[in-house]
Amino acid sequence: MITRFLIQGMDKRGLVFLALLAGLALLVPLSNLLLPPGSFLHVPTSTMSLWGKYLCYALLAISLDLVWGYCGILSLGHGAFFALGGYAMGMYLMRQIGSRGVYGNPILPDFMVFLNWGELPWYWYGFSSFPFAMLMVLLVPGLLAFVFGWFAFRSRVTGVYLSIITQALTYALLLAFFRNDMGFGGNNGLTDFKDILGFNVQAQTTRAALFAMTCVMLIASFLIARGIVDSKLGKVVIAIRDAESRTRFLGYRVDRFKLFVFTVSACMAGVAGALYVPQVGIINPSEFAPANSIETVIWVAIGGRGTLVGAALGAVVVNYAKTVFTSGFMAPYWLFALGALFVFVTLFMPKGILGTAQDWWGKRRKPEPATPVAEPAAAE
Amino acid sequence: MISIARLLRQLVVLTALLISPLAAFAQGADDAFTRLGADSYSDTARAVEMLVTSAHPQAAAIIEALGDGRLLAGGGAVIVKTRDGKLIDAKTGQPVATEPAGLSAVRLNNNVRRVVQAALGGLGLLNPDAGKRIAAAEAVFKSRDVTVLPVLEAAIAKESDAKAKAALRQAQAAILIVKTDAPPFDRLAAVDVLRERGDQEALATLRSLPGDASPALKDAQGRAIAAIEGNLALWRAGQNLWYGLSLGSVLLLAAIGLAITFGVMGVINMAHGEMVMLGAYTTFVVQELIRTSAPGLFDYSLMIAIPAAFLVAGAVGIAIERGVIRFLYGRPLETLLATWGISLILQQAVRTGFGPTNREVGAPNFMSGAFEIGGLAITWNRLWIIVFAGLVFAALLAILKLTPMGLQMRAVTQNRRMASAMGIRTGRIDALTFGLGSGVAGLAGVALSQIDNVSPNLGQSYIIDSFMVVVFGGVGNLWGTLVGAMTLGVANKFLEPYAGAVLGKIALLVFIILFIQKRPRGLFALKGRAVEA
Repeated sequence: MITRFLIQGMDKRGLVFLALLAGLALLVPLSNLLLPPGSFLHVPTSTMSLWGKYLCYALLAISLDLVWGYCGILSLGHGAFFALGGYAMGMYLMRQIGSRGVYGNPILPDFMVFLNWGELPWYWYGFSSFPFAMLMVLLVPGLLAFVFGWFAFRSRVTGVYLSIITQALTYALLLAFFRNDMGFGGNNGLTDFKDILGFNVQAQTTRAALFAMTCVMLIASFLIARGIVDSKLGKVVIAIRDAESRTRFLGYRVDRFKLFVFTVSACMAGVAGALYVPQVGIINPSEFAPANSIETVIWVAIGGRGTLVGAALGAVVVNYAKTVFTSGFMAPYWLFALGALFVFVTLFMPKGILGTAQDWWGKRRKPEPATPVAEPAAAE
Repeated sequence: MISIARLLRQLVVLTALLISPLAAFAQGADDAFTRLGADSYSDTARAVEMLVTSAHPQAAAIIEALGDGRLLAGGGAVIVKTRDGKLIDAKTGQPVATEPAGLSAVRLNNNVRRVVQAALGGLGLLNPDAGKRIAAAEAVFKSRDVTVLPVLEAAIAKESDAKAKAALRQAQAAILIVKTDAPPFDRLAAVDVLRERGDQEALATLRSLPGDASPALKDAQGRAIAAIEGNLALWRAGQNLWYGLSLGSVLLLAAIGLAITFGVMGVINMAHGEMVMLGAYTTFVVQELIRTSAPGLFDYSLMIAIPAAFLVAGAVGIAIERGVIRFLYGRPLETLLATWGISLILQQAVRTGFGPTNREVGAPNFMSGAFEIGGLAITWNRLWIIVFAGLVFAALLAILKLTPMGLQMRAVTQNRRMASAMGIRTGRIDALTFGLGSGVAGLAGVALSQIDNVSPNLGQSYIIDSFMVVVFGGVGNLWGTLVGAMTLGVANKFLEPYAGAVLGKIALLVFIILFIQKRPRGLFALKGRAVEA
């Protein structure tokens, strides 16, 4: 069944992407662990962690592409779901520190001791268990997206208005998580992690495993997203993107389709956040910043929205560029470059790298007839 | 015994004061100097009290010197030895070249020291400057020092300035409240005086009434406290309203440009905040230029900055519209992304040009300071910003409704193709409209430079709020923006005392998110065909 789906349902692009990811998942950790550091093919741990981070972003980008590229919902608040997933993972990691914190309190994380808190707040219960934390990684962003989407889609908030209130959502969360009283470490967030499932977070082997895990989750999410958009349901979702009112008049419950896609996407973003935190070693409220969510949008736009592979590609390309730019003498110019990228892509490459490349290939192969690629009506 | 003696003394002083201040000055002071020379504790103490009531110009210096043991007397001369060792004649204030023979320091005992302390406190009450008298009365009001009472009463009798007199009476009342041996009738009157004062400190003073007071007094105290508390709550509400209007006017200024670009043109301008920032930096540059070349014009710097900021932000706005946005009409989400990119570029450009730190923008004289109306503290800069916001709003409304350009703008908004067919150059109108919206954002920057930090991130902190205002008020309607801004501003300030600043803001964001569900197009939604556009 799955193989048939893989072979029949997958276009060449997707297959290449999957093969690449599977290769990365296997080869990078192996090269990091087995080859001697001097070897030409050796991947240093820092590079591996960095790429692990990129792949988390890629996962976030895919989740955003699912709602924006296929359902026309431009969420400017996907960073919130990402950060919530990250916080769920961070809370698990905090509990794993145990009495090894600075204050040596076996139950309370350091920042709570510092704030003179007597006992663990109720919402921290259960996070010492890994399965529970993982459930929360999916559930918390998913539930938030469900409730938010249920209200928003039912009352037909669309287009720009939806974008702005998603932005308000992540902004409200940013403000909330900055508060010390919230019990999430306030300004400093959660950090100083020690163990994950009993393995040292800093250890090379753990990092390799996390990298592999990120690749696996990326593959899984890609397959799920692909499955959704290629299914019958996906056809309706695309129809909603292109002509929402018409789809509604055809008898489809538009709000439910949107809600489903939005919630799934939020869960994916949560997973991305959860994978991101142990690799980066910190989660703080700045992840909720509206600017981060907008940046995610540009990854998708650059890679090519409505392609999934493109979104992942865009995330990796932009973040790689960011690393290169911000680490050298060009650091002050990174924002210029990023800003110019926004303008350039929207003006000249509305279909992103992948879409533009496709058009170009298509033209070279068979100049006639050029298939009119429907420009998705992004908003009503 | 003592009190009778004091009473008599006061009587003497008072009559003297009433007859002629000048005579009293000469008499009281001369008498005091002879007493100081007498070198007896009781004489010294009386001399101090006399000096206080005499309002001798050197009184403060003399009494202070006495307290420090720097007052020398002997042979009819009284000399103050200053801290740096110079000798000054106490009577005339003239420097003395050679130390007369037979001088010795006037001695102190505990009683004299206490009198000196009280006198130094009470001295200000007789200061020729009314402002200083009021300040001294305030100090006495807070200290409730019973020993100052005689001086206080003398001062009240002499006082001619109404404000100072009220302050003195309040100080007297504060003392009477704690002075259990004062006549009951006076104490009741004191409660009334405090009730009239009616502020937080009057409340504290009333509460300090000793527990063994008479039932009548306690009853009066209870009623006075209730009255003051009710009154204070009212003023607090008034103050909150004022803060709210002030915040609302800031929001209005920040959002009204957006109401034009977003509301009228349907363009999501994420770089709007940066236009505000450019306006603030223009103010900074104008002020720098004035500082270096024409310091005398500083008070007019804002007047100069206003048109400058409008032009700078407007020009940048037109450049953005012509360069980027016009290719993206009808694709609002792409516009959002492109303008976000522009905002990043502008921020970084300013950061590179002016540095990442806050820039100091000064306040001209007419903007600084504050005044009070009843229990309301009103700062001039806030007041001017409210006025300015109102003016900008009115001007914008007038432009849209009364000028040919406004007519064309509305025509293009309502039906672009029809307007074009009627000969309106829609492209030009688009550019001008966008320039107008951006220019108004620049004006907001001038105002914000007075109350906020001028940094490259200035715009970022307002962009989300501005969008909230426009979306809440209803797109395409300036009145909606006004109502939205004021509602959000006032609601925010009324929530703050209960929920804290951050929670209040979160509550408002959640409220707006929910509100949008109910009315997806804001408070004042456009009806009819424009909705479809």
